[in-house]
Amino acid sequence: MSMEEKQNSQISLDFNQNIYKPTSREEIVEIVKNCYKKNIPLEINGLKSKNKIGRNFQSEKTLDLSDFKGIIDYKPEELYIKVKAGTPLREIIVELNKNNQQLAFEPNDFGYLFSGESNSGSIGGVVSCNFAGSRRFKVGSVRDHILGFQGVNGKGETIKSGGTVVKNVTGYDLSKLISGSFGTLTILTELSIKVLPKPETSKTLVIKNPHLKKAIDFLGKALSSSTDPSGGVFYPDYFGKNFVLNDLTHEGGLTAIRIEGPINSVDQRLNRLSKELSLLDQEISILDNEQSNIFWNRTKNLEVFKSLKSNLLRVVLPISETLQVIQKLKNYEIKYFIDWGGSLIWASFDQLNTKILSEIKDIVKKHQGYVTLIKVEEDLKASADIFTIDPIKYKISEKIKRSFDPKRIFNPGKMYTGI
Amino acid sequence: MSSLQMPKVDNSIMSKKDKIALDLRGIINSKNVLSNPNELRPFETDGLTAYRKMPLLVVMPETVEEVSQILKYCNENKIKVVPRGAGTGLSGGSMPLEDCVLIAMGKFNKIIEIDYENRCVVTQPCVTNLAITHAVQDKGFYYAPDPSSQIACSIGGNVAENSGGVHSLKYGATTNNLLGIEVVLMDGTITRFGGKAMDAEGYDFLGLMTGSEGLLGVITEVTVKILKSPEVVKAALVGFPSIEDAGNCVAQIIAEGCIPAGMEIMDKALTKATNDYSKAGYPTDAEAMMIIEFDGTEHEVEAYIQKAKDIAEKNNSSSLKISKSNEERLKFWAGRKAAFPACGVLAPDYMCMDGSIPRGKLAEVLNEISRLSKKYNLPVANAFHAGDGNLHPLIMFDANDKNSLRKCEEFGADILKYCVKVGGALTGEHGVGIEKRELMCEAFNDKDIQQQLTIKVALDPNSLLNPGKVYPILRKCAEEGRVHVHGGKTKFPDIPRF
Repeated sequence: MSMEEKQNSQISLDFNQNIYKPTSREEIVEIVKNCYKKNIPLEINGLKSKNKIGRNFQSEKTLDLSDFKGIIDYKPEELYIKVKAGTPLREIIVELNKNNQQLAFEPNDFGYLFSGESNSGSIGGVVSCNFAGSRRFKVGSVRDHILGFQGVNGKGETIKSGGTVVKNVTGYDLSKLISGSFGTLTILTELSIKVLPKPETSKTLVIKNPHLKKAIDFLGKALSSSTDPSGGVFYPDYFGKNFVLNDLTHEGGLTAIRIEGPINSVDQRLNRLSKELSLLDQEISILDNEQSNIFWNRTKNLEVFKSLKSNLLRVVLPISETLQVIQKLKNYEIKYFIDWGGSLIWASFDQLNTKILSEIKDIVKKHQGYVTLIKVEEDLKASADIFTIDPIKYKISEKIKRSFDPKRIFNPGKMYTGI
Repeated sequence: MSSLQMPKVDNSIMSKKDKIALDLRGIINSKNVLSNPNELRPFETDGLTAYRKMPLLVVMPETVEEVSQILKYCNENKIKVVPRGAGTGLSGGSMPLEDCVLIAMGKFNKIIEIDYENRCVVTQPCVTNLAITHAVQDKGFYYAPDPSSQIACSIGGNVAENSGGVHSLKYGATTNNLLGIEVVLMDGTITRFGGKAMDAEGYDFLGLMTGSEGLLGVITEVTVKILKSPEVVKAALVGFPSIEDAGNCVAQIIAEGCIPAGMEIMDKALTKATNDYSKAGYPTDAEAMMIIEFDGTEHEVEAYIQKAKDIAEKNNSSSLKISKSNEERLKFWAGRKAAFPACGVLAPDYMCMDGSIPRGKLAEVLNEISRLSKKYNLPVANAFHAGDGNLHPLIMFDANDKNSLRKCEEFGADILKYCVKVGGALTGEHGVGIEKRELMCEAFNDKDIQQQLTIKVALDPNSLLNPGKVYPILRKCAEEGRVHVHGGKTKFPDIPRF
């Protein structure tokens, strides 16, 4: 009997309960083995901050990972942290703050949108959804920061990939594959994540500008300049009032560009950027470190949609297509803002039904982008595709799903029917 | 070295060589199907020259449709296929099999589109890494990953190997700079993963394909992101009285929040060898020498260089020079970049290893290497990408002495095993290929490997695409070969290796 089998034989689990709340990997392995044997589909949850994203699906039992938490190993000088998958993001951030470090991908906090208050979720959930914040164009997405993981596959086998070092090309890079897989491939148990030093300071150039076309132009020029911005957003007039800050007297539409780094360098780059964009003093405000952080936190938290009941879509596009797509989307009643320097649109629709949705998807597809339904009415959710996929990729996805989870017991149907 | 086991040769395929050649000539331009041994010879090996095998046939397709039809034909007829880009890989990923059709992608050599608005380049896979930078540098842009062989290696090969370079701590490896690919699967399916947008929806097949060493598909188009070139680049050349001091300096620079563009350490043996070879003005009395490079805007670089200088001094640096001009900075690098040829002068042969370790374990690992060096009675010199923990020990030996070669291989395997033991990886940037295949079980257990193999089977059920690479054929940890250089001559002596 192997060591693992010996440990497992000592675990006594009540398989009649509907919600499993494991505290150890051994328990997770036992639960999955049992579900595999009996064909029991499992819904996998962390802190449920994003569990409303994705298709509804039938599951007999729930695996709640909120008690499977804790920091396993944090090596600031090695720039990584290793945690259990159910660890709240908040706890990780508190720990990293002690060493002036951060998760550079600043993931969205969907708590405001779904429950009216902050809930940044668990790290397992963050990785499973792969929604990165405003630094996306500079530092990459969540998946770019995952150095390695350990998980339990659909047969109850413990598997791992990657490690804790940044340079590692040993075998297939499964860390990428599990990022954004919405818990359909493996139950994550441990994650090793790259951390980075916090910038010495962060300042934000806010341009008073209500015009979309101009905003896209500003963002494009800023991102192509050598001033190395780390954030670029546009909020139209109706959202301007949400940003009442001491350094920001203006209440209308605004384009904001963040510059981070050593203090001297940030000031120098801000100066240069306003010159390169030919901006007049009266057109701009500069947010200092503290207010800059407040501004970008509100963006990350999607706070402008805090009281939104439903109909929020997330649209990702090549930057060159954003202007045209928004102009087309304006044929519907929408409120939107742009992140990622022009590549990401968060848009809410006054009215959304299957027909409108399919029109929107067509528009975005023609412009080489994709649409994800983030918050929609239950009846639309039941009838529409939350994620979009073409037949070839569906076929490949089906095969990959089966290679991890042959009996389809992990979040079956959460992403696509049959997967 | 020649005892490496490869998949069983299919004699029925071998006997149908003429028929297969004829069929393939029906699919693509007949002059692009090579079958004569003299034509096949140039393809018998890649950058891992210790291993050679003549392929059954070589095909040189010109379009994605041709690639698709070739793969479909081979899949239906159970013929093994080995894809090849520029053939500069150091782990034998493109080494042919006797009964394989080798797909040489050399004719896919054009940049398709430069898109400054979306800051990306769409290119065919056999364009060299450096050619991408050359195509956009007049507008002040560049492609960040810079493997040392960038003058010759192809971007498609970079995707297959997930190549890194000296700047990967700050800018990431290929996977972090890739937006999209067009790929043909073994059954002939043509598909695209990613595109010009920053993310794609669904499973991250782009991430899976990157670094899959040609086992999952043949890449026919690549979209990479390009970055604005930094305004200022400066480097410091620092000597330390001990490896420990250099290691502590690295840890503190990172702890202080500075992320250098590059940070390189050489031990005393290599510092002396490279300095003799390239007259770079290195502190040859130092036990360890470090090059720290920062890039960015003027104030930013000044601030970081000053910080690095203070930290180096606190860690007992014995000498410190900061580059005053770009010429001086390049001179700092000249010695480091000559590390491999400099070793070629010291011994008839050397073997280059490629392990990854936690930065903080540098002193421990170097002490172990030094202990092993005494045990095996073979000299070793060490180069280290300290920024990202990638260690390249160069073991010197004499290939004419069979005992020396065997000892060298055992020594190399012991180093890689130790890298894994301290929390590192078998390979940081060269790939597994055939070179480290048998060491995979040092890093992974059976379940881990089985999971990876089921993915392979899902996409290539008959295991026809680049079989025998990456995953062990026998479940044993045999000591296999490394990058072997005889008389200072690699297969491509003009390609930098560092």
